Amino acid sequence: MNKTLATMALSALMAAGPAMADLVIPDLSYRTGPFAAGGIPFSDGYNDYFTLLNERDGGIGGEPIRVIECETGYNTEKGVECYESTKGEGALVYQPLSTGITYQLIPKVTADGIPLHTMGYGRTSAANGKVFSNVFNYPANYWNGASGAVNHLLDINDGDLKGKTIALVYHNSAYGKEPIRTLEALSEKYGFELTLLPVDSPGQEQKSQWLQIRREKPDYVVLWGWGIMNQVAVQEAANIRYPMENFIGVWWSGAEFDVEPAGDKATGYKALTFTGLGDDYPVYDDLKKYVVDAGKTAGAGDQLGAVQYNRGLYAAMLAAEAIKTAQEMHGVTDITPAMMRDGMEALEITNAKMEGLGMAGFGPEFSVSCENHGGPGLVGVVQWDASTGTWNNIQDFKPTDGEVIGALINEDSAAYAAENNISERCE
Amino acid sequence: MFYREAGDFKTSYTADSQTFPIKFDRYRYYVVLAVAFGIIPFIINDYWANALLLPFLIYAIAAIGLNILVGYCGQVSLGTGGFMAVGAYACYKLMTAFPDISMFIHVILAGGITAIVGVLFGLPSLRIKGFYLAVATLAAQFFLVWLFNRVPWFYNYSASGQINAPERDVFGIVITGPNAPAWATYLFCLIFVTVCAIVARNLTRGSTGRKWMAIRDMDIAAEIIGVNPLKAKLTAFAVSSFFVGVAGALFFAVYLGAVEVGEVFGIQKSFLVLFMVIIGGLGSIFGSFAGAAFLVLLPVVLKLIGVDLLGWPTDIVAHLNLVVVGALIIMFLILEPHGLAQLWRVAKEKLRLWPFPH
Repeated sequence: MNKTLATMALSALMAAGPAMADLVIPDLSYRTGPFAAGGIPFSDGYNDYFTLLNERDGGIGGEPIRVIECETGYNTEKGVECYESTKGEGALVYQPLSTGITYQLIPKVTADGIPLHTMGYGRTSAANGKVFSNVFNYPANYWNGASGAVNHLLDINDGDLKGKTIALVYHNSAYGKEPIRTLEALSEKYGFELTLLPVDSPGQEQKSQWLQIRREKPDYVVLWGWGIMNQVAVQEAANIRYPMENFIGVWWSGAEFDVEPAGDKATGYKALTFTGLGDDYPVYDDLKKYVVDAGKTAGAGDQLGAVQYNRGLYAAMLAAEAIKTAQEMHGVTDITPAMMRDGMEALEITNAKMEGLGMAGFGPEFSVSCENHGGPGLVGVVQWDASTGTWNNIQDFKPTDGEVIGALINEDSAAYAAENNISERCE
Repeated sequence: MFYREAGDFKTSYTADSQTFPIKFDRYRYYVVLAVAFGIIPFIINDYWANALLLPFLIYAIAAIGLNILVGYCGQVSLGTGGFMAVGAYACYKLMTAFPDISMFIHVILAGGITAIVGVLFGLPSLRIKGFYLAVATLAAQFFLVWLFNRVPWFYNYSASGQINAPERDVFGIVITGPNAPAWATYLFCLIFVTVCAIVARNLTRGSTGRKWMAIRDMDIAAEIIGVNPLKAKLTAFAVSSFFVGVAGALFFAVYLGAVEVGEVFGIQKSFLVLFMVIIGGLGSIFGSFAGAAFLVLLPVVLKLIGVDLLGWPTDIVAHLNLVVVGALIIMFLILEPHGLAQLWRVAKEKLRLWPFPH
């Protein structure tokens, strides 16, 4: 017991550091474990963008940004520990990059009044700002992804999917189960048949699922994986010679490291996206000058231009723009989490703004409102070419089935509101 | 000088057979209880509760439960994670079905349901032993996790397959959900830990515990002297699963609030609790506390020293944590196979002789 008390005293001493007057952004990253392949580039991008702002502009509105990195290992318990240890520092916004941790944090951030931004992941129905006051998932969510994948299939089938079969290979967790509802609704609407193939975390074991695909020969396979599961899925698909152009991954299953292990056989694999590709943007010149050449990269500095690095960069850009909006709205530079929430709710991303940031065309134009925390839900499609080692854009950002998704979002968020006695806002 | 029996006269059999026969021990125990109940609730904050104290208390209950089965009765179990999941899901179903009933009753009922499931999976222990039993309980672990993932009834048909603890109270004080104050959740768990530890301590000191230990030391000899192995083994499974179920229910409802069964109650959890029991000391209630404290606090302390104090990259510290925990387990197995509890026992023996060791 003595040992316990001593260690507790030690930790208390360190937890009680003084709160400094700067903009605190916690980065709940994971650079270890089976999902590190995706966690490292995202966190690098997220950190590097804030480093760039600090080095080039001296922070945002003159306030320096302090990023606190905390390793979660994609584990919900560690995520909670990270949240509790950083929230006292005046954390402005959380981005856990994990649907499991998001579910954990939604009630906590709402009670603590801190915004949570889950870009392209998390609880889809959080797009309904009337119920989820502190949770944002702009610019696109999982159900946009599911609908985007089906829309792409409709396009290449001249608008008719009747009698076709689609298999969903998904991570057997809250993350992987998210699109099922939408796909079921869409399968009714368009008359295709849906097969569900769950893969248990972390996803190295997929032999039986792919055996079933080999036997049943579905017309299309949709992949909802993350981390090591993607590499295994693409490799297994190559092993059974499944036609790659009929294999579509969600945006979290569409990075270089997912397809590279399968070599040339991965050519033709498609993935959804909501961010721009490559490093052909003016912002990268600044990144090179102020961050890479100065030796201030968060990681090894070898991820620049990678798909998930760009997503991290984009998430950081959206957070920085929301901080700017909040600073303008409230007329102070040292904003609080509550002001940050207002800033995120009033965020407007225009093409002119993105061009000014050196990120023209990096993402879609959109604006957030009190009712809509989900953004426009525009989804593009990219295709892998192993010979050049690049993703090629084959479909620009296109709207998804707002009618089906909107109804599902209203239904799910109404259930959440009833469960937790939340009355709707924005009236 | 202070730590000895001399001068502490016992005049009744009850006094002679009490848990802490030495006066100093007794006072230390009261001081720990007084600090835990009287002081910590007033100074606790969210970080202390959610990052350190709640996991420590809840893992301590789970470790006591597993220690009864493995340490006292000698039945190796790798199903702890699965049984914790039973407790969590039972608690969830009860919480959502009967929202007006006190959380105390829900948690105890969840423990009871886990005890029944534990007895069911304990039945094979009558025929198989040692490693083979470990494999049979491993089957329980995988089966239970699969079951909770597979059957939507258990998670009330929610889209994500997760269970979320709704807000519930005890005598008007919110215990679960995000608005629960830190002191309330802490006290709630502390009451369970205290009661569980006292019950476990007295069970293991009495005839039930002696039967378990007889079975552990040599089952055939125990049977010959009149211990019923069926009863002894199944009571050990029932009591152990009850504690583990209570721990699972608290882990879900009070600590995490939202649970995904495959991740939270997977095989890693079974191993973690087993490591706690081994590092803490097999067959010791104090060892369960020491092991839980050690494995809950070690990563946090390493993180504080590595990341916050020395400024090392987070991934290096995370990897270092694995290395240190692994190395410590090996070190303990070699240098002190009886765990932290044995160190404590040795220290007490030394104290008894101090300052005249000869």
